[in-house]
Amino acid sequence: MLKLRVIPCLDVKDGRVVKGVNFVALRDAGDPVEQASVYDSAGADELTFLDITASHENRDTILDVVSRTAARVFLPLTVGGGIRTTEDMRRLLLAGADKCSINSAAIARPDFINEAARKFGSQCVVVAVDARATGNGTWEIFTHGGRRGTGIDAITWCAEAAARGAGEILLTSMDRDGTGQGFDIPLLRAATGAVTIPVIASGGVGTLDHFVEGARAGATGLLAASVFHFGQFTIAAVKAALAGAGLPVRPIPSPRPSLRAPRSNPSPGTANGNRAR
Amino acid sequence: MNLAVIDYGSGNLASAARGLELAASRLGIGARIAITDEPDAVARADRIVLPGQGAFADCARGLAAKPGLRDAMLSRVENGAPFLGICVGMQLMAARGLEHEITQGFGWIEGDIAPIAADGLRLPHMGWNELSFTPGAHPLLEGIEPGDHAYFVHSYALASNTKDVIATTDYGTQIVAMVASGNRAGTQFHVEKSQEVGLTILANFLRWTPQ
Repeated sequence: MLKLRVIPCLDVKDGRVVKGVNFVALRDAGDPVEQASVYDSAGADELTFLDITASHENRDTILDVVSRTAARVFLPLTVGGGIRTTEDMRRLLLAGADKCSINSAAIARPDFINEAARKFGSQCVVVAVDARATGNGTWEIFTHGGRRGTGIDAITWCAEAAARGAGEILLTSMDRDGTGQGFDIPLLRAATGAVTIPVIASGGVGTLDHFVEGARAGATGLLAASVFHFGQFTIAAVKAALAGAGLPVRPIPSPRPSLRAPRSNPSPGTANGNRAR
Repeated sequence: MNLAVIDYGSGNLASAARGLELAASRLGIGARIAITDEPDAVARADRIVLPGQGAFADCARGLAAKPGLRDAMLSRVENGAPFLGICVGMQLMAARGLEHEITQGFGWIEGDIAPIAADGLRLPHMGWNELSFTPGAHPLLEGIEPGDHAYFVHSYALASNTKDVIATTDYGTQIVAMVASGNRAGTQFHVEKSQEVGLTILANFLRWTPQ
């Protein structure tokens, strides 16, 4: 049986993790590769990097991050943020990303979805939809981190993105994002009812029950950022809650000692370095 | 050992190559792994890996686009080099692909690549799913257990073939997860994205001596 996907999202700015938690035994909490590696062994089912680098000159820092991550972590990796062209996508895929999450550029020019799907296959085209409730039972797409309205109906857009070749929808409630009040369940139900491709729920989880509610509303991927980074929940705790509610999850993989990668010795001086404080 | 990862403009080749490198280093095998579209390099390879993402027809066209590449690969494999196809790379082993249009595959195994008939379930079949197989069924399955999970992303799957199937998964219906025939094997799932399970299969491939 197919399992729900629990997906930590890391915000990366200029090649560094924003709001990264200082996990025990992490030598550099700001290094996205170290964070990704921790989530890898903790049982994450996929990883997402959201590149929030503002300056154009530093945009290529994400390529190095992706490349170093893909060399260590054998999990599906999605990268979003600032992707405007199929050439941007190609460079990320060559660096080792598996999927690209596109947002504003797809809204500005919907044919971008068709082009991306034709060129790389639907499986690597994630359309990110940032939605805000209008107050009369519908939702509107917002861009620019939720600041700019577009007048476009979010559910209609989800269906159009799917028809144009998106492989999945990453649906974020801008009303709930960062509130800890849980996913916007009516939004999620409307979107999962409107498309037959997978929908990843994002924005608002604050309790373990919220993950369960998201899955029951039809999401097959559950994405969260701060509850993982700040150590509020482990991936294992989320999976235990889902399993406890009778929902299908992949067990946390147990390391197989004989097959572990050879470990490099820590360099002198790190033993008392940036360990947990 | 010279290992060629065939580059025909498809997908995430770097991950497949890195997975093979890690598997080789764990085994202590000195392997030279080249991501290549050079027919000469492919003709000299000891083992061949064919990744693939996207649509069957696009992948088949991409492989045929580079003069001599497809023929070099087919002839090297027909002369005995162990072959591993990943995702659409596995699908290309079949007789025909039915995605968008009817496209000829390599014809190494029987059957068509047909739409998954998963009534009421979302497509693509995307995420981690359990492998079902008979322990000991094939050397590539050594060290993994029935019920271990692998990462799938696909909307089409091998149909009408039972004799070459060595592992399946369940998504509303039984879906072919792995095939093997002689010196040719394939995984519908992404071995390079399936953590330890995938790395174990890659290591098995590197030391596989087809009978």
